[in-house]
Amino acid sequence: MTPLGEPVAAQGPVIPDFGKGSDCVVENRLFCPDWVRDNWSGTLEPALVEHVKLTLLAVAIGFVLSFGAALLTHRLRLFEKPVVAFAAIVYTIPSLALFQLLVPVTGLTVATVEVALVGYTLLILYRNILEGLRSVPPDVLEAARGMGLTRRQTLWRIELPLAVPATMAGLRVAVVSTIALATVAALVIPQGLGYPIFLALREAFKTEILVAGALAVGLALVADALLVVAERALTPWNRTRRVT
Amino acid sequence: MIASLTVFGDALEFIVDERRLILHKTWEHLLLSGAALAIALVISLPIGVWLGHRHRGSFLAVNVANLGRALPSLAVIAVGFVFIGVGFWSVAIALVVLAIPPILTNAYVAVDAVQTEAVEAARGMGMTDRQIITRIELPLALPLIFAGIRTATVFVVATATIAAVAGGGGLGDIIVNQAAYGLEGVVGAAICVSVLALVADGAVGLLQRALTPAGLRVESRSFEADVTTSGLRFRPSMSKVDGLPD
Repeated sequence: MTPLGEPVAAQGPVIPDFGKGSDCVVENRLFCPDWVRDNWSGTLEPALVEHVKLTLLAVAIGFVLSFGAALLTHRLRLFEKPVVAFAAIVYTIPSLALFQLLVPVTGLTVATVEVALVGYTLLILYRNILEGLRSVPPDVLEAARGMGLTRRQTLWRIELPLAVPATMAGLRVAVVSTIALATVAALVIPQGLGYPIFLALREAFKTEILVAGALAVGLALVADALLVVAERALTPWNRTRRVT
Repeated sequence: MIASLTVFGDALEFIVDERRLILHKTWEHLLLSGAALAIALVISLPIGVWLGHRHRGSFLAVNVANLGRALPSLAVIAVGFVFIGVGFWSVAIALVVLAIPPILTNAYVAVDAVQTEAVEAARGMGMTDRQIITRIELPLALPLIFAGIRTATVFVVATATIAAVAGGGGLGDIIVNQAAYGLEGVVGAAICVSVLALVADGAVGLLQRALTPAGLRVESRSFEADVTTSGLRFRPSMSKVDGLPD
Protein backbone atom coordinates (compact mmCIF):
# COMPACT_ATOMS: atom_id res chain seq x y z
CA MET A 1 0.00 0.00 0.00
CA THR A 2 2.80 2.37 0.75
CA PRO A 3 5.12 3.38 -2.07
CA LEU A 4 7.64 1.18 -0.30
CA GLY A 5 6.02 -2.19 -0.58
CA GLU A 6 9.15 -4.20 -0.02
CA PRO A 7 12.33 -3.42 1.89
CA VAL A 8 14.56 -1.39 -0.33
CA ALA A 9 17.82 -2.29 1.25
CA ALA A 10 17.52 -5.97 0.44
CA GLN A 11 17.71 -5.33 -3.28
CA GLY A 12 21.11 -3.72 -3.43
CA PRO A 13 22.01 -1.20 -6.08
CA VAL A 14 20.27 -1.96 -9.35
CA ILE A 15 21.03 0.13 -12.38
CA PRO A 16 17.79 1.79 -13.35
CA ASP A 17 16.43 1.37 -16.84
CA PHE A 18 15.25 4.75 -17.98
CA GLY A 19 14.69 3.66 -21.57
CA LYS A 20 17.08 5.98 -23.33
CA GLY A 21 19.60 5.99 -20.52
CA SER A 22 22.82 7.76 -21.36
CA ASP A 23 26.19 6.37 -20.33
CA CYS A 24 26.09 8.65 -17.33
CA VAL A 25 22.73 7.29 -16.18
CA VAL A 26 23.66 3.68 -16.86
CA GLU A 27 26.89 4.05 -14.89
CA ASN A 28 25.02 5.94 -12.16
CA ARG A 29 27.56 8.72 -11.96
CA LEU A 30 27.38 11.46 -9.34
CA PHE A 31 25.37 13.89 -11.39
CA CYS A 32 23.84 13.52 -14.85
CA PRO A 33 22.69 16.83 -16.33
CA ASP A 34 21.05 15.05 -19.24
CA TRP A 35 18.82 13.04 -16.91
CA VAL A 36 17.70 16.24 -15.17
CA ARG A 37 16.95 17.81 -18.54
CA ASP A 38 14.97 14.76 -19.71
CA ASN A 39 13.00 14.36 -16.48
CA TRP A 40 12.48 17.95 -15.42
CA SER A 41 9.03 18.46 -16.86
CA GLY A 42 7.90 14.88 -16.31
CA THR A 43 9.10 14.19 -12.75
CA LEU A 44 10.88 17.01 -10.99
CA GLU A 45 8.72 19.99 -11.86
CA PRO A 46 5.40 18.35 -10.89
CA ALA A 47 6.99 17.13 -7.64
CA LEU A 48 8.21 20.64 -6.89
CA VAL A 49 4.78 22.16 -7.57
CA GLU A 50 3.08 19.52 -5.40
CA HIS A 51 5.59 20.21 -2.67
CA VAL A 52 4.81 23.92 -2.74
CA LYS A 53 1.07 23.20 -2.63
CA LEU A 54 1.38 20.76 0.29
CA THR A 55 3.45 23.30 2.22
CA LEU A 56 1.27 26.32 1.49
CA LEU A 57 -1.93 24.53 2.46
CA ALA A 58 -0.42 23.20 5.70
CA VAL A 59 1.07 26.53 6.76
CA ALA A 60 -2.12 28.41 5.83
CA ILE A 61 -4.34 26.13 7.91
CA GLY A 62 -1.80 26.05 10.72
CA PHE A 63 -1.60 29.84 10.69
CA VAL A 64 -5.38 30.31 10.84
CA LEU A 65 -5.66 27.84 13.73
CA SER A 66 -2.73 29.30 15.65
CA PHE A 67 -3.86 32.86 15.03
CA GLY A 68 -7.33 32.11 16.33
CA ALA A 69 -5.96 30.27 19.35
CA ALA A 70 -3.50 33.10 20.06
CA LEU A 71 -6.22 35.76 19.88
CA LEU A 72 -8.41 33.70 22.19
CA THR A 73 -5.73 33.00 24.78
CA HIS A 74 -4.36 36.52 24.57
CA ARG A 75 -7.49 37.60 26.44
CA LEU A 76 -8.27 34.35 28.25
CA ARG A 77 -4.96 33.30 29.73
CA LEU A 78 -6.62 30.31 31.33
CA PHE A 79 -6.54 28.43 28.02
CA GLU A 80 -2.90 29.08 27.24
CA LYS A 81 -1.44 26.09 29.07
CA PRO A 82 -3.75 23.45 27.51
CA VAL A 83 -3.14 24.83 24.02
CA VAL A 84 0.64 24.79 24.48
CA ALA A 85 0.53 21.31 26.01
CA PHE A 86 -1.48 19.95 23.07
CA ALA A 87 0.76 21.58 20.48
CA ALA A 88 3.90 20.40 22.29
CA ILE A 89 2.73 16.79 22.42
CA VAL A 90 1.93 16.81 18.70
CA TYR A 91 5.31 18.37 18.04
CA THR A 92 7.10 15.51 19.81
CA ILE A 93 5.50 12.72 17.78
CA PRO A 94 7.94 11.56 15.10
CA SER A 95 6.77 12.62 11.65
CA LEU A 96 6.95 9.19 10.07
CA ALA A 97 5.02 7.73 13.01
CA LEU A 98 2.39 10.47 12.93
CA PHE A 99 1.77 9.91 9.23
CA GLN A 100 1.31 6.21 9.91
CA LEU A 101 -0.83 6.75 12.98
CA LEU A 102 -3.20 8.89 10.91
CA VAL A 103 -3.54 6.37 8.09
CA PRO A 104 -6.21 4.29 9.89
CA VAL A 105 -8.22 7.48 10.45
CA THR A 106 -7.86 9.38 7.20
CA GLY A 107 -6.43 6.77 4.84
CA LEU A 108 -3.68 7.17 2.25
CA THR A 109 -4.85 10.65 1.30
CA VAL A 110 -3.67 14.22 1.17
CA ALA A 111 -5.70 14.79 4.35
CA THR A 112 -3.38 12.49 6.32
CA VAL A 113 -0.36 14.44 5.18
CA GLU A 114 -1.96 17.81 5.81
CA VAL A 115 -3.19 16.96 9.30
CA ALA A 116 0.32 15.90 10.26
CA LEU A 117 2.04 18.89 8.64
CA VAL A 118 -0.46 21.32 10.17
CA GLY A 119 0.11 19.69 13.56
CA TYR A 120 3.81 20.44 13.41
CA THR A 121 3.30 24.12 12.60
CA LEU A 122 0.98 24.78 15.56
CA LEU A 123 3.52 24.99 18.36
CA ILE A 124 5.89 27.32 16.51
CA LEU A 125 3.21 29.61 15.11
CA TYR A 126 1.01 29.79 18.20
CA ARG A 127 3.86 30.57 20.54
CA ASN A 128 5.35 33.23 18.31
CA ILE A 129 2.06 34.99 17.61
CA LEU A 130 1.16 35.03 21.29
CA GLU A 131 4.65 36.17 22.23
CA GLY A 132 4.33 38.97 19.69
CA LEU A 133 1.01 40.11 21.13
CA ARG A 134 2.41 39.96 24.65
CA SER A 135 5.55 41.85 23.75
CA VAL A 136 3.69 45.12 23.18
CA PRO A 137 5.04 47.51 25.84
CA PRO A 138 2.48 48.45 28.52
CA ASP A 139 3.02 52.18 28.04
CA VAL A 140 2.03 51.82 24.40
CA LEU A 141 -1.19 50.09 25.44
CA GLU A 142 -1.83 52.83 27.95
CA ALA A 143 -1.24 55.50 25.37
CA ALA A 144 -3.72 53.71 23.11
CA ARG A 145 -6.30 53.68 25.85
CA GLY A 146 -5.57 57.31 26.59
CA MET A 147 -6.25 58.16 22.97
CA GLY A 148 -9.66 56.57 23.38
CA LEU A 149 -9.11 53.40 21.34
CA THR A 150 -11.47 50.55 22.11
CA ARG A 151 -10.13 47.08 22.85
CA ARG A 152 -10.87 45.98 19.31
CA GLN A 153 -9.11 49.02 17.87
CA THR A 154 -6.15 48.46 20.15
CA LEU A 155 -5.89 44.89 18.90
CA TRP A 156 -6.07 45.71 15.20
CA ARG A 157 -4.13 48.96 15.16
CA ILE A 158 -1.56 48.49 17.89
CA GLU A 159 -1.07 44.93 19.03
CA LEU A 160 -1.29 43.03 15.74
CA PRO A 161 1.03 45.34 13.79
CA LEU A 162 3.56 45.22 16.60
CA ALA A 163 3.27 41.43 16.68
CA VAL A 164 4.25 41.17 13.01
CA PRO A 165 8.01 40.67 13.52
CA ALA A 166 7.53 37.83 16.02
CA THR A 167 4.78 36.32 13.87
CA MET A 168 6.95 36.44 10.79
CA ALA A 169 9.83 34.87 12.69
CA GLY A 170 7.52 31.98 13.56
CA LEU A 171 6.20 31.79 10.03
CA ARG A 172 9.73 31.50 8.66
CA VAL A 173 10.56 28.60 10.97
CA ALA A 174 7.22 26.94 10.22
CA VAL A 175 7.55 27.24 6.43
CA VAL A 176 11.14 26.04 6.34
CA SER A 177 10.52 23.05 8.58
CA THR A 178 7.29 22.15 6.77
CA ILE A 179 9.12 22.10 3.46
CA ALA A 180 11.68 19.74 4.97
CA LEU A 181 8.99 17.57 6.57
CA ALA A 182 6.83 17.37 3.48
CA THR A 183 9.40 15.10 1.84
CA VAL A 184 8.35 12.35 4.26
CA ALA A 185 4.77 12.73 3.00
CA ALA A 186 5.78 10.58 0.06
CA LEU A 187 5.47 7.60 2.36
CA VAL A 188 1.72 8.13 2.35
CA ILE A 189 0.95 9.70 -1.02
CA PRO A 190 3.04 9.77 -4.20
CA GLN A 191 3.45 13.54 -4.10
CA GLY A 192 6.08 16.13 -3.39
CA LEU A 193 9.85 16.04 -3.68
CA GLY A 194 10.05 13.06 -1.37
CA TYR A 195 8.50 10.82 -4.01
CA PRO A 196 11.38 10.97 -6.51
CA ILE A 197 13.74 10.43 -3.56
CA PHE A 198 11.85 7.30 -2.50
CA LEU A 199 11.87 5.99 -6.05
CA ALA A 200 15.55 6.76 -6.52
CA LEU A 201 16.37 5.04 -3.21
CA ARG A 202 15.22 1.74 -4.65
CA GLU A 203 17.78 1.96 -7.40
CA ALA A 204 20.36 4.01 -5.50
CA PHE A 205 20.18 6.47 -8.38
CA LYS A 206 22.42 9.32 -7.31
CA THR A 207 21.34 12.12 -9.63
CA GLU A 208 17.68 11.93 -8.72
CA ILE A 209 18.34 11.89 -4.97
CA LEU A 210 20.76 14.79 -5.18
CA VAL A 211 18.56 16.92 -7.43
CA ALA A 212 15.33 16.31 -5.49
CA GLY A 213 17.11 16.91 -2.17
CA ALA A 214 18.74 20.07 -3.47
CA LEU A 215 15.38 21.29 -4.78
CA ALA A 216 13.85 20.84 -1.32
CA VAL A 217 16.68 22.74 0.37
CA GLY A 218 16.61 25.43 -2.32
CA LEU A 219 12.84 25.77 -2.00
CA ALA A 220 13.18 26.25 1.77
CA LEU A 221 15.87 28.90 1.38
CA VAL A 222 13.90 30.77 -1.30
CA ALA A 223 10.72 30.69 0.82
CA ASP A 224 12.70 31.97 3.80
CA ALA A 225 14.10 34.85 1.76
CA LEU A 226 10.63 35.73 0.43
CA LEU A 227 9.28 35.89 3.98
CA VAL A 228 12.11 38.22 5.01
CA VAL A 229 11.13 40.53 2.14
CA ALA A 230 7.46 40.29 3.18
CA GLU A 231 8.35 41.15 6.77
CA ARG A 232 10.24 44.24 5.67
CA ALA A 233 7.26 45.30 3.58
CA LEU A 234 4.89 44.78 6.50
CA THR A 235 6.96 46.71 9.03
CA PRO A 236 7.96 49.98 7.37
CA TRP A 237 8.88 51.53 10.72
CA ASN A 238 11.70 49.06 11.20
CA ARG A 239 12.99 49.78 7.74
CA THR A 240 13.29 53.52 8.25
CA ARG A 241 14.87 52.98 11.63
CA ARG A 242 17.50 50.79 10.15
CA VAL A 243 18.49 53.43 7.59
CA THR A 244 18.99 56.24 10.07
CA MET B 1 -13.71 6.27 13.80
CA ILE B 2 -14.75 2.88 15.17
CA ALA B 3 -12.60 1.18 12.57
CA SER B 4 -9.63 3.30 13.51
CA LEU B 5 -10.10 2.46 17.18
CA THR B 6 -9.93 -1.27 16.40
CA VAL B 7 -6.72 -0.63 14.50
CA PHE B 8 -5.19 0.92 17.59
CA GLY B 9 -6.42 -2.02 19.65
CA ASP B 10 -4.87 -4.44 17.16
CA ALA B 11 -1.68 -2.38 17.22
CA LEU B 12 -1.38 -2.72 20.98
CA GLU B 13 -2.04 -6.42 20.62
CA PHE B 14 0.72 -6.59 18.00
CA ILE B 15 3.15 -4.94 20.42
CA VAL B 16 2.34 -7.51 23.09
CA ASP B 17 2.31 -10.55 20.78
CA GLU B 18 5.45 -9.57 18.90
CA ARG B 19 7.31 -8.21 21.90
CA ARG B 20 10.52 -10.02 20.97
CA LEU B 21 10.54 -8.43 17.53
CA ILE B 22 9.59 -5.06 18.99
CA LEU B 23 12.31 -5.25 21.65
CA HIS B 24 14.89 -6.27 19.08
CA LYS B 25 13.96 -3.41 16.75
CA THR B 26 13.77 -0.95 19.65
CA TRP B 27 17.29 -1.95 20.66
CA GLU B 28 18.54 -1.39 17.10
CA HIS B 29 16.73 1.92 17.09
CA LEU B 30 18.38 2.98 20.35
CA LEU B 31 21.84 1.88 19.20
CA LEU B 32 21.50 3.85 15.99
CA SER B 33 20.17 6.98 17.71
CA GLY B 34 22.68 6.71 20.54
CA ALA B 35 25.66 6.35 18.22
CA ALA B 36 24.54 9.27 16.08
CA LEU B 37 23.88 11.49 19.11
CA ALA B 38 27.20 10.62 20.73
CA ILE B 39 29.15 11.48 17.59
CA ALA B 40 27.16 14.68 17.06
CA LEU B 41 27.81 15.72 20.67
CA VAL B 42 31.54 15.08 20.41
CA ILE B 43 31.73 17.17 17.23
CA SER B 44 29.42 20.06 17.99
CA LEU B 45 29.63 20.72 21.74
CA PRO B 46 33.32 21.73 21.83
CA ILE B 47 32.93 23.90 18.71
CA GLY B 48 29.76 25.59 19.98
CA VAL B 49 31.14 26.18 23.48
CA TRP B 50 34.46 27.48 22.20
CA LEU B 51 32.85 29.86 19.69
CA GLY B 52 30.46 31.07 22.38
CA HIS B 53 33.34 31.55 24.78
CA ARG B 54 35.19 33.69 22.25
CA HIS B 55 31.94 35.42 21.20
CA ARG B 56 32.89 34.68 17.63
CA GLY B 57 31.16 33.08 14.70
CA SER B 58 27.56 34.09 15.37
CA PHE B 59 27.18 34.14 11.62
CA LEU B 60 28.24 30.51 11.44
CA ALA B 61 26.02 29.44 14.35
CA VAL B 62 22.92 31.15 13.00
CA ASN B 63 23.42 29.80 9.50
CA VAL B 64 24.09 26.28 10.66
CA ALA B 65 20.78 26.43 12.52
CA ASN B 66 18.89 27.77 9.52
CA LEU B 67 20.44 25.30 7.12
CA GLY B 68 19.79 22.47 9.57
CA ARG B 69 16.12 23.33 9.66
CA ALA B 70 15.94 23.37 5.86
CA LEU B 71 17.65 19.99 5.40
CA PRO B 72 15.04 17.35 4.61
CA SER B 73 15.97 14.34 6.73
CA LEU B 74 14.81 11.94 4.04
CA ALA B 75 17.15 13.52 1.50
CA VAL B 76 20.10 13.47 3.91
CA ILE B 77 19.56 9.79 4.66
CA ALA B 78 19.13 9.07 0.97
CA VAL B 79 22.41 10.83 0.20
CA GLY B 80 24.14 8.85 2.95
CA PHE B 81 22.70 5.65 1.54
CA VAL B 82 23.81 6.36 -2.00
CA PHE B 83 27.31 7.53 -1.16
CA ILE B 84 28.26 5.38 1.79
CA GLY B 85 26.14 2.33 1.11
CA VAL B 86 23.59 0.20 2.86
CA GLY B 87 23.66 -0.19 6.58
CA PHE B 88 24.14 1.14 10.06
CA TRP B 89 26.92 3.65 9.51
CA SER B 90 25.53 5.33 6.44
CA VAL B 91 22.35 6.14 8.37
CA ALA B 92 24.24 6.99 11.55
CA ILE B 93 26.35 9.53 9.69
CA ALA B 94 23.26 11.05 8.10
CA LEU B 95 21.69 11.35 11.55
CA VAL B 96 24.87 12.99 12.85
CA VAL B 97 24.54 15.64 10.15
CA LEU B 98 20.95 16.27 11.23
CA ALA B 99 21.77 16.36 14.96
CA ILE B 100 24.66 18.81 14.75
CA PRO B 101 22.74 22.05 14.00
CA PRO B 102 20.51 22.19 17.12
CA ILE B 103 23.33 21.12 19.47
CA LEU B 104 25.94 23.44 17.97
CA THR B 105 23.69 26.46 17.76
CA ASN B 106 22.25 26.11 21.24
CA ALA B 107 25.69 25.56 22.76
CA TYR B 108 26.92 28.69 21.01
CA VAL B 109 23.94 30.83 22.00
CA ALA B 110 24.00 29.51 25.57
CA VAL B 111 27.66 30.25 26.25
CA ASP B 112 27.57 33.49 24.28
CA ALA B 113 24.67 34.71 26.45
CA VAL B 114 26.36 34.10 29.82
CA GLN B 115 26.49 37.46 31.63
CA THR B 116 29.75 39.24 30.91
CA GLU B 117 29.83 40.42 34.54
CA ALA B 118 30.15 36.84 35.76
CA VAL B 119 32.90 36.07 33.27
CA GLU B 120 34.76 39.28 34.05
CA ALA B 121 34.51 38.67 37.77
CA ALA B 122 35.93 35.19 37.23
CA ARG B 123 38.76 36.59 35.16
CA GLY B 124 39.40 39.19 37.84
CA MET B 125 39.69 36.39 40.36
CA GLY B 126 42.49 34.98 38.25
CA MET B 127 40.68 32.10 36.60
CA THR B 128 42.16 30.72 33.41
CA ASP B 129 40.13 30.37 30.22
CA ARG B 130 39.65 26.69 30.92
CA GLN B 131 38.42 27.39 34.43
CA ILE B 132 36.07 30.09 33.18
CA ILE B 133 34.57 27.66 30.67
CA THR B 134 34.20 24.70 33.01
CA ARG B 135 33.26 26.51 36.23
CA ILE B 136 31.35 29.58 35.08
CA GLU B 137 30.09 29.36 31.53
CA LEU B 138 29.16 25.69 31.28
CA PRO B 139 27.09 25.55 34.49
CA LEU B 140 25.27 28.75 33.59
CA ALA B 141 24.75 27.68 29.99
CA LEU B 142 23.61 24.19 30.91
CA PRO B 143 19.82 24.66 30.52
CA LEU B 144 20.17 26.05 27.00
CA ILE B 145 22.79 23.52 25.97
CA PHE B 146 20.50 20.74 27.14
CA ALA B 147 17.56 22.29 25.33
CA GLY B 148 19.57 21.78 22.15
CA ILE B 149 20.50 18.24 23.09
CA ARG B 150 16.86 17.44 23.83
CA THR B 151 15.74 18.83 20.49
CA ALA B 152 18.41 16.77 18.77
CA THR B 153 17.51 13.65 20.76
CA VAL B 154 13.82 13.76 19.91
CA PHE B 155 14.68 14.56 16.33
CA VAL B 156 17.22 11.75 15.96
CA VAL B 157 15.00 9.11 17.60
CA ALA B 158 12.13 10.19 15.37
CA THR B 159 14.22 10.40 12.22
CA ALA B 160 16.00 7.10 12.82
CA THR B 161 12.68 5.62 11.70
CA ILE B 162 13.49 6.69 8.16
CA ALA B 163 16.71 4.69 8.50
CA ALA B 164 14.73 1.66 7.39
CA VAL B 165 14.59 2.92 3.81
CA ALA B 166 18.39 2.78 3.75
CA GLY B 167 18.80 -0.52 5.56
CA GLY B 168 19.71 1.00 8.91
CA GLY B 169 17.34 -1.20 10.89
CA GLY B 170 15.28 -0.05 13.84
CA LEU B 171 11.56 0.29 14.33
CA GLY B 172 11.26 1.86 10.89
CA ASP B 173 11.76 -1.62 9.44
CA ILE B 174 8.28 -2.47 10.68
CA ILE B 175 6.75 0.87 9.71
CA VAL B 176 7.80 0.74 6.06
CA ASN B 177 6.97 -2.91 5.66
CA GLN B 178 3.23 -3.04 5.83
CA ALA B 179 3.19 -6.00 3.47
CA ALA B 180 4.81 -8.18 6.12
CA TYR B 181 3.49 -6.76 9.37
CA GLY B 182 0.10 -5.39 8.39
CA LEU B 183 -1.44 -2.11 9.42
CA GLU B 184 -1.49 -3.14 13.09
CA GLY B 185 2.27 -3.69 12.95
CA VAL B 186 2.84 -0.33 11.29
CA VAL B 187 0.71 1.52 13.81
CA GLY B 188 2.16 -0.49 16.70
CA ALA B 189 5.72 0.39 15.70
CA ALA B 190 4.69 4.03 15.22
CA ILE B 191 3.35 4.08 18.77
CA CYS B 192 6.63 2.59 19.98
CA VAL B 193 8.65 5.28 18.20
CA SER B 194 6.52 8.04 19.73
CA VAL B 195 6.88 6.59 23.21
CA LEU B 196 10.60 6.07 22.67
CA ALA B 197 11.03 9.72 21.63
CA LEU B 198 9.15 10.93 24.69
CA VAL B 199 11.11 8.62 26.99
CA ALA B 200 14.42 9.69 25.47
CA ASP B 201 13.42 13.33 25.93
CA GLY B 202 12.56 12.65 29.55
CA ALA B 203 15.82 10.78 30.12
CA VAL B 204 17.89 13.67 28.79
CA GLY B 205 15.82 15.96 31.01
CA LEU B 206 16.70 13.85 34.04
CA LEU B 207 20.36 13.90 33.06
CA GLN B 208 20.15 17.67 32.84
CA ARG B 209 18.67 17.87 36.35
CA ALA B 210 21.43 15.67 37.67
CA LEU B 211 24.12 17.83 36.06
CA THR B 212 22.66 21.19 37.03
CA PRO B 213 24.31 22.66 40.13
CA ALA B 214 21.79 22.89 42.98
CA GLY B 215 21.92 26.67 43.05
CA LEU B 216 20.77 26.91 39.46
CA ARG B 217 17.84 24.50 39.68
CA VAL B 218 14.96 26.72 38.73
CA GLU B 219 11.98 26.10 36.54
CA SER B 220 13.31 26.91 33.12
CA ARG B 221 11.49 24.61 30.76
CA SER B 222 9.38 27.19 29.00
CA PHE B 223 12.43 29.36 28.52
CA GLU B 224 14.37 26.49 26.97
CA ALA B 225 11.64 25.49 24.62
CA ASP B 226 11.33 29.02 23.28
CA VAL B 227 14.92 29.08 22.27
CA THR B 228 14.90 25.73 20.55
CA THR B 229 12.10 26.52 18.18
CA SER B 230 12.46 30.19 17.51
CA GLY B 231 15.12 31.76 19.64
CA LEU B 232 17.67 32.64 17.06
CA ARG B 233 15.33 34.31 14.68
CA PHE B 234 13.05 35.54 17.36
CA ARG B 235 15.54 37.55 19.32
CA PRO B 236 16.61 40.04 16.67
CA SER B 237 13.03 40.72 15.71
CA MET B 238 12.06 41.05 19.35
CA SER B 239 14.53 43.85 19.72
CA LYS B 240 12.90 45.45 16.74
CA VAL B 241 9.55 45.31 18.47
CA ASP B 242 10.90 47.84 20.92
CA GLY B 243 11.38 50.24 18.05
CA LEU B 244 8.02 51.89 17.87
CA PRO B 245 6.71 53.89 14.95
CA ASP B 246 7.94 57.42 15.39
